[in-house]
Order: sequence, then C-alpha cells, then structure tokens
Amino acid sequence: MTAVEYGQPVGQPHPLHHILSVLVENKSGVLARVASLFSRRGFNISSLAVAPTDDEHLSRITIVVDVASAPLEQVVKQLDKLVNVVSISELAPEEATERELLLATLSAGPLERGQIVQLVGIFGGQVVDVGADAITVVLAGAPSKVDDFEDLLRPLGIVELQRTGRVALPRLHRLR
Amino acid sequence: MRITGAQALIKSLEMQGVEVIFGLPGGAILPVYDPIIDSPIRHILVRHEQGAGHAAEGYAQVTGRPGVAMVTSGPGATNIVTPLANAYMDSTPLVVVSGQVATGSIGTDAFQECPITGVTMDITKHNWLVTDAADIPRTVAAAFHVATTGRPGPVLIDVPKDISNAQMEWYWPQTVEDLDLPGYHPNIEGDPELVHRAAEMILEASRPVIYAGGGILKASGAQALYELAVRTGIPVVTTLMARGAFPDSHPLCLGMPGMHGNYTAVTAMQRADLLLAIGSRFDDRVTGKVSAFAPGAKVVHVDIDPAELGKVRRAEVAIAGDARAVMEEMLEALGSMGIGPEGSAPESGSPAARRPDLRPWISEIRGWQERYPLTYDRSGDTGVLKPQQVVESLRDAAEPGTIVVSGVGQHQMWASQWWRFEEPYTWVNSGGAGTMGFAVPAAIGAKVGRPERAVWAIDGDGCFQMTAQELVTASAERIPVKVAILNNAYLGMVRQWQEMFYEERYSEVYLSPDLPDYVKWAEAMGCVGLRVESPEEVGPAIDKANSIDDRPVVVDFRTDAFEKVYPMVPAGHSNDDIVVSPTEEGAR
Repeated sequence: MTAVEYGQPVGQPHPLHHILSVLVENKSGVLARVASLFSRRGFNISSLAVAPTDDEHLSRITIVVDVASAPLEQVVKQLDKLVNVVSISELAPEEATERELLLATLSAGPLERGQIVQLVGIFGGQVVDVGADAITVVLAGAPSKVDDFEDLLRPLGIVELQRTGRVALPRLHRLR
Repeated sequence: MRITGAQALIKSLEMQGVEVIFGLPGGAILPVYDPIIDSPIRHILVRHEQGAGHAAEGYAQVTGRPGVAMVTSGPGATNIVTPLANAYMDSTPLVVVSGQVATGSIGTDAFQECPITGVTMDITKHNWLVTDAADIPRTVAAAFHVATTGRPGPVLIDVPKDISNAQMEWYWPQTVEDLDLPGYHPNIEGDPELVHRAAEMILEASRPVIYAGGGILKASGAQALYELAVRTGIPVVTTLMARGAFPDSHPLCLGMPGMHGNYTAVTAMQRADLLLAIGSRFDDRVTGKVSAFAPGAKVVHVDIDPAELGKVRRAEVAIAGDARAVMEEMLEALGSMGIGPEGSAPESGSPAARRPDLRPWISEIRGWQERYPLTYDRSGDTGVLKPQQVVESLRDAAEPGTIVVSGVGQHQMWASQWWRFEEPYTWVNSGGAGTMGFAVPAAIGAKVGRPERAVWAIDGDGCFQMTAQELVTASAERIPVKVAILNNAYLGMVRQWQEMFYEERYSEVYLSPDLPDYVKWAEAMGCVGLRVESPEEVGPAIDKANSIDDRPVVVDFRTDAFEKVYPMVPAGHSNDDIVVSPTEEGAR
C-alpha cells in the first residue's frame, strides 16, 4: 500500500479548505457551468483540475475551495442542481489522498546540476529535460510535499515553474 | 423517415402536446418557421420577443403546462433573456427555442450571432446547443422533461441554421432513460421519518402558521393544502406567488405576508411557535430582516429543491420533496396520530387528543384582524379616485374565476391585497424578478391558455409603456384581454420610496397622466379605449369593459398620485416595524 507513502499534510488542515470531487458529463460547456456557478455565488476557486475518467462519457472535476462549511453546503446543493453534474463528494483533507504535479525549469550549468539532481532524488522526483545551462524537473506528490520541494528549489534559480490543480480520491479503509 | 432538423423540431413539439408557440421569426430560425405552416400548432406572432417570453409564462402559470416561445438568433434571443430570468425566479416551466448562426460560423462574430447558451447559463434550469440534427427529438424531449419536473423552470434550445436544414432519421424517445440525463433525478417523496417528526411538531404547536408558497401551485397541491389547514385548524398565509392556493374567503386564510402584507399575516408569523413553510423560500420580501423574522418559531420547511432548505433560515425539520406529495404524507401521518376529517374531534387517547388548544391563538389572530384591517381613505371627499377602489370595483364586478394579471409596483401590491382569490391559478404576476411590463403580454398568454375565462390585467402606467405594443398582437390574434391602467402619472413605487426614505426628493419618477394619450394609443392598437377620471365613472366603465368580448379593452383610470401602499415593512427592518396606513392608525 503506497497510497499514503508521502504522508498527508502535516499539522492541522486549513479549516476552510474543502475538496469537492465532482463527476460530470463529458460535454462541451460543462466546466463553464460549474465555474460560473462558483462565481455567481461569490466563491473563489483555489484550484481546479479536470480530466476524463475511465468512462469516456464522464469527467471528474476536482475543486479546492476555501469557504466556511455553511456556505459550502449551499454551493454543493446548487452544483448538484446542474443537469450535467452526475455526483458530488466532498473529501475532507484527512480522508483524502491528494496529489499535485510540479514542473520547474532551473538555470543550472554542469556544475550546479548535481545539487538539483540530489534534491530531486530525495523527493522522489525526476529530471525530465536537460539543456546546456538549464534543467527541468518534475515532482508529483501530496500538496504539502510539493510546497516543500518548491521552497527548496527556489534558491537554486527557478526560470519557470508550473503547478497543476489538485486531484484527489477518497482514502481507502484498511483492516486493522 | 428522413426529414429536416426543422421538421423534426416542430414534430417534436407536436409530440409534446404543444398547442401554441409565441414567437417572432428571423434569419437563423427561418427553416423552423417553414414547417409551422403545416403544423396544427398555433403560432402567435408577437411584436417584440420579450412579449413572446412573458406570454408563454402567463400561459404556463394558468395552465400548469410549459409555455413555448420561439425567437431568432442574436437580438431575438437576447430580447427573451428577461423572460427567462423572470421564469427562473418564479419557477415557471418555459421552453424557448432560439435560432443560431450555422455551426461553421459560430465564433466568427457572424451577423446576428450571440452566444445565447452562455448568456442564459445562469438564468435557465438548463440549456442546449444542438450540434447534430439527429439529437433534436431527444433534446426537445429532455428540455420538456427538465422544464416540467422537479422544481420547474425555463430551458432554452439553441438550434444552428445548418442543423435545422440538415436531414435526420425521425425517432421519438420512449422513456426517460432515452433522454441522456444521467445527472438529473428530481426527488418527489419526502423522507417518512422527517414527515412523521413534522406531524409531531404540528401536534405540539400552540401558535402554528402555514407559510404557503408558490411551490404548492407548481405541485398542484391546493387541495392537499386545504385538507391540511382545515383538518389541523392551522391558519394559512399565502405569499405573493401563492395567492389563490387557499381561498381568501376561508376563515383560516390570513392573506399575504411580507413587505406589503397585511398586519395580521405579518404579525402571526412573527408570533408563531411553528412555521410550516411549504413551497416557500423565505424570500427577503417576506422575511424582512432575517435575524428578526419569526424569532420564536420552529420551522418545518418543505421544498422540492434541496438547495432552498437551509439557504436563508435553518429548519428544525427540512423535507426535500414535492409540496403536494409531502402534504399528503403529512395528512396520513396526522391521521395515524388521531387527526380526523374536518370538524371531527381527535380520537380519544391519541396523540392528537393531547394537542394544545389553538383557540387562544386563533382569538389573538381575530383581534389583529379586527384592529388592523386593510384600509384606505374611502371618504371620496376630494373627488380623487383611489387605486384601491378601482381594484375593489373590478373585483366586485368580475365573474367568478376571473384571472388577474399584474405588472410590478404599487398596482401589483394593491391587486394582490384587494382582489379576493378564491381558486388557484387565477393570479399571474412577476414575483421574484420584479419585471415591469410583465402584465400585458402575460395576460395575453393567460387568455390563450384559458380562453373561457375573463382576463384582467391590472397594470401601472409605467409598466404599460414597456410592453403595450403586444396589444397589437392581441387585437390581430383576437385575444380579448382587458387592461386596467392605474394611471397615477408616476413610477409609483419608486416615488413612494423617495417620499418615505429620500426626504421627498423625487428623482426621475414623473411620467405625466396624458402623455401618452392611453385612449388614443389603445384605439390605434385596435382596442377599445376608455377613460375614467372620477369615482362615479368607475362602475359604468367597468361594466362596459366587461361587456366587450371581441377585442381587447384598455381603461385608463386616473388615480391618486399620492396614494401609497400600506402596510409597509421598510427594507432591511424587522417585520415588527410594520408601518400601517394612516387610516388604520385612526381606526386603532
């Protein structure tokens, strides 16, 4: 079982942080309906990831939103009214396995590469591209781990950095 | 059978039992207008697309069937945005078909192109852009299903011109499963445990009020409401959207609550220990300041839309379900607890037999009704015509079952207050959205839906000027609606607020009683035009209007410009701060 290998966010989860996993019909315009509903009700989407599921007719939208739970209930109920929304589950951070992906290009000549490669190795990331004076690395991991990785990369000379929205699935129950 | 998308569209509307389309053609919808010539569906050519939308709403509100409107792309479609927003707020089932530029031109800023599915995304229950002619029958069937089930509402189908022209193989979906709506499952039945708990609360309450909303009418629940009220002896307030859901003449009917509700309806809710909110949504015009609304009441909230439960007021028992189905379940639960038919004593030894005595509560309510009846200055000393008197005279001369339609503003409140609604679906107005100009086209739609009924639009002069051109439609199509303009020469409700809350600084509210000349305007539109300037002319003019049944009639009632709507709860105040009219004060 490697689902929790990288651990969950350390310390108290942010009290206003909610993950909504929204299963929708894979049709054009559905993302716009979902996003529009959030803006109409005055909520800020903190991160968003959308991709088809194993069923080609369905997509999963993972939305991280920072709100108190009472207004969130209203958003969830309004979302559920969208005809293209098939189901919604709210994942409590402690009950979810979350992942983000980070891609970063760092300026690094042959002499600086070793330090970066070592850091990537510690975090279990990968070097995906190497140029004469730059290197591109990737890390997929729990959001807090990706945060740590980004903090450590920063002094090494980031040229470009891109993170994805968060994706999440419920944690599995285990026999104890 | 190979037919065009346009033919499939009209055939699909026929399959849905559509009897009338309100619409106005144009370039992108041209192919769809061709098969209309050969269809048994009646098409009513409006003069502005907004009129088509409101007429379809009026039709839907009096028949319970979805209203259908058809418009072209671009401005045709944007002109019907207001009716869509209005129908969304008032949960009116509406199916709007709009033409769209050809699929190859979408996104190119083509002539009369407008991304109407994007524009209406947040004010329709759902909308569809059809991209394959083969999808048309399924989309139309899905549109009617979505518009009419669950919490009803407006939907829009946008059909590009090349899709209308394309050939397709005709079929008709046979089941709901064929409609491709995997995320749409409206709930009907209430949770039996919650219903049981609600019934227990009914039997525990000593100051209960039924807060009846428009959802009861949408659910065909007026009979169930009547049973619930008379068998439990609980008084009923009927919101603006629920006028007629419970007969005004019944002793348990307290009338309209809210910002311009009567003193008793407002105060009974404030003092209640139990609110049975059924198909109502704690609208700000009903609650006033929410934190001060019905402070001592436990709440049972029944609504088919789960998102309404807990949105404004947290309910002790929140039941997601159809208003009628849940009331019937409640009646069954109450029956098992010993509540018998109307007038019967509760079964001895049953929970109902231990119920608190409601008589002190009813007697307190009677006291308010006696002390604070709705009033206005009827002295007639000044010779000035009071708008309330016009409504009363129209009411007294009306045959039973007359349908009343209003716009938005003072006249709307007076119509709701002073008419006597005895049966459901006799009151049509714009509630949530507050759309001025609603009355004339909605009255036309109502008359088309119920041609055997007399239809009176009670309108304001400001409202009338927004959509009056649809009386040309009414004349041309021989739809004999009657319009009473309460002409006070002002945007009266705005004027009232400026008088009361802006130190009588009247900003841009004067309209003039004579410009336009409403009688000449009516005549120019093929209607009979009448003018009433004094109280004694009211009766004869109404009698004359009621005797005309071959064309529309417009009566220009010159009413008191200074009359205000009372009672009034100032916006943002507690309902306890209700201001009654100076004449009520005098009667105290």
